[in-house]
Amino acid sequence: MGEKGSLRRLLAKASSPKSGDVLAGTAAAGDEERILAQMELADTPLTRFLDECVVPYEEDEVTRLIIDTHDARAFEPVSGFTVGEFRDWLLSDNADAPALAALAPGLTPEMAAAVSKLMRAQDLVLAASKCVVVTAFRDTVGLPGRFSTRLQPNHPTDDPAGILASTIDGLFYGSGDAVIGINPATDSPENCLRLLHLLDLLITRHDIPTQSCVLTHVTNTLELIRRKAPVDLCFQSIAGTEKANASFGINLALLAESRDAALSLQRGTVGDNVMYFETGQGSALSANAHHGVDQQTLECRAYAVARYFDPFLVNTVVGFIGPEYLYNGKQIIRAGLEDHFCGKLLGLPMGADICYTNHADADQDDMDILLTLLGAAGCTFVMGVPGADDIMLNYQSTSFHDAAYLRKLLHRRPAPEFEAWLEKMGIHNAEGELLPPGDKPQALDMARCGK
Amino acid sequence: MKDTGRQAADPGYGKVREMRDTGRQTADPGKAREAQAVAQDPWSELRRHTDARIALGRCGVSLPVARWLEFRLAHAQARDAVRTFFDREYLIDRLKARGIACLNLASAADDLETFLARPDLGRRLSAASAAALEEYARTHGAEGGVGANVCLVVSNGLSARSIHDNAAPFIDELLPLLDRAGLSVSPAVLVQNGRVAVADEVAYGLRAELSVILVGERPGLSSPNSMGVYMTYAPKPGCTDEARNCISNVRPGGLEYAAAARKLCYLVQSAFACRYSGVRLKDDMPDTGLPSGLSTSGMNRIPGFRVSPACCKN
Repeated sequence: MGEKGSLRRLLAKASSPKSGDVLAGTAAAGDEERILAQMELADTPLTRFLDECVVPYEEDEVTRLIIDTHDARAFEPVSGFTVGEFRDWLLSDNADAPALAALAPGLTPEMAAAVSKLMRAQDLVLAASKCVVVTAFRDTVGLPGRFSTRLQPNHPTDDPAGILASTIDGLFYGSGDAVIGINPATDSPENCLRLLHLLDLLITRHDIPTQSCVLTHVTNTLELIRRKAPVDLCFQSIAGTEKANASFGINLALLAESRDAALSLQRGTVGDNVMYFETGQGSALSANAHHGVDQQTLECRAYAVARYFDPFLVNTVVGFIGPEYLYNGKQIIRAGLEDHFCGKLLGLPMGADICYTNHADADQDDMDILLTLLGAAGCTFVMGVPGADDIMLNYQSTSFHDAAYLRKLLHRRPAPEFEAWLEKMGIHNAEGELLPPGDKPQALDMARCGK
Repeated sequence: MKDTGRQAADPGYGKVREMRDTGRQTADPGKAREAQAVAQDPWSELRRHTDARIALGRCGVSLPVARWLEFRLAHAQARDAVRTFFDREYLIDRLKARGIACLNLASAADDLETFLARPDLGRRLSAASAAALEEYARTHGAEGGVGANVCLVVSNGLSARSIHDNAAPFIDELLPLLDRAGLSVSPAVLVQNGRVAVADEVAYGLRAELSVILVGERPGLSSPNSMGVYMTYAPKPGCTDEARNCISNVRPGGLEYAAAARKLCYLVQSAFACRYSGVRLKDDMPDTGLPSGLSTSGMNRIPGFRVSPACCKN
């Protein structure tokens, strides 16, 4: 079969409009071509996805991972479906939480991508809301009725007092149950070590049931673990092809080695999910490693990589790279809903960095729409950034206030262990509501941490 | 709400207290109502440690209106920085006044929308500019800066304002250091709507051994004028980001010009010594001589995907 009739091409043409696919030259030329492709995709049997790889098996270790770890028995209940029939089934009452959890290992990322291309926003929200994925380290995220945040206290010079100030601000807004995670401005092992010790001291001294992470390359984290650094979660950005991962300086063996090293520290108290992955549509194209596959399908393939390592958190950084991949608020919103749904369907603890850059045509209204929709979809976690303004990475994400808004609106509560701590500290009441700030002398006491 | 423990240094709190104290006889009952709706965070003294938007207070769980409008204003300024026209004539005048020769070129992205959506076009010169560069290289020799050690490129990137503000004073600091290191420098090549990689084509065309590009970084809310500096040894079209080293956030209030220039000169000399640049170029410059947190780790930050904005997608 030539390229013209290929699954890869069909998926790309059926994909919702994205500037990155236009840049890659894989997008449908117009709306009619896109919808005709979606109709053809709807009639495509799911079994075809097991016979035809979008990136050749021989050339790509991610494809080999997908094929070699596919669980045929789990796939059985949907094996007779076309993609269109699968979409209808997902929205039926037969697709409940246990059925979806049992199915996840039987789905390939390309199947998840395909079905999402036939789904409108409300479908992506409803189907995702039925998926339950629970993971644990020092607290438990993803339980029904819960909504967590990564506290992101970045500082342009990694100043410990500055990072601590933002962390305290977040904690007193109820943020940080997914992780307290710093993007370091400087990647040197010495600097990362300093930051890890800072967060470790804060967490142990105040008995906070959460975990820390310094988002540096896995090779740095491995080195830090060798130096006996207090590493809770091991971070890495991942992508959906071997070549894109190579451009990130990683491969599956390196990720396995890192996970083993993080596990060896045995720092989790209620669970041992130790990996924190970030992804984002467009990363493969930006590494010139997309193999003619559309960016949303490649994003799902990154989830297959994540899934293999039993992660604590997976975060799609949805509007970060800029308008060459997702041009405006509409494309960012659509991508965020797709990523969250596909990740959950594949069995991942999926969160989202709901964000935009100042050269994208997007604003806070777009973020509010995506945040509210993802909240309704049962998103595991979002970012908590002071005032939504990350002064190190120079982009806008969701704020501590935004997360509090969502919890209030949808009656969502933090991870149970963290919730108990918030109550003890007088930050939340027993109903899980944020109390008035009051005096909070503990806040300034915390700022003396490390002094 | 109790007054105990509150910080007199907190201007917001002072305002609230004043309104509460005078609330009954205030001429503007609307103001008093607003003040009562907003709860201040009692840790505002932590603001002295960071420019992050902390201790904003809240009404219910939501952002108070004054904080919200401040945010919108910052976003408006950042958006405007992206859309500001790159005034090359202005910069050329300033550089010529310093005795620096200039070439005036443009990338293949000839309008802002194309530039934003098509980074590939921003990475190469327009046909006319490529021809002009070739002509220059053909008709000039070493005295015209062809075949120099260092090729100096300047582009608006994602913030023309950053280049208008920072390029000339940074070059003032840099050139004496390069001169002292015995390195020759090309004319300053200005490229409209360029991405980082456009410097590969320019430096290759001028047969330089190493390229340095000053480029406007993606503007942040608190820094609409941050400048990035990228260095590539043996530049030629097709070089990848692993081969680059980057210094980010150069601006008053960020990384100061003199420190940035020293750092760059150090990296340039290291690259000439090692005969490569990028991830493999170990940054051994002692931290003690520098403000903490320089983004000098080069493009090995790319794996982080969410890396410093300067360091990958400009």
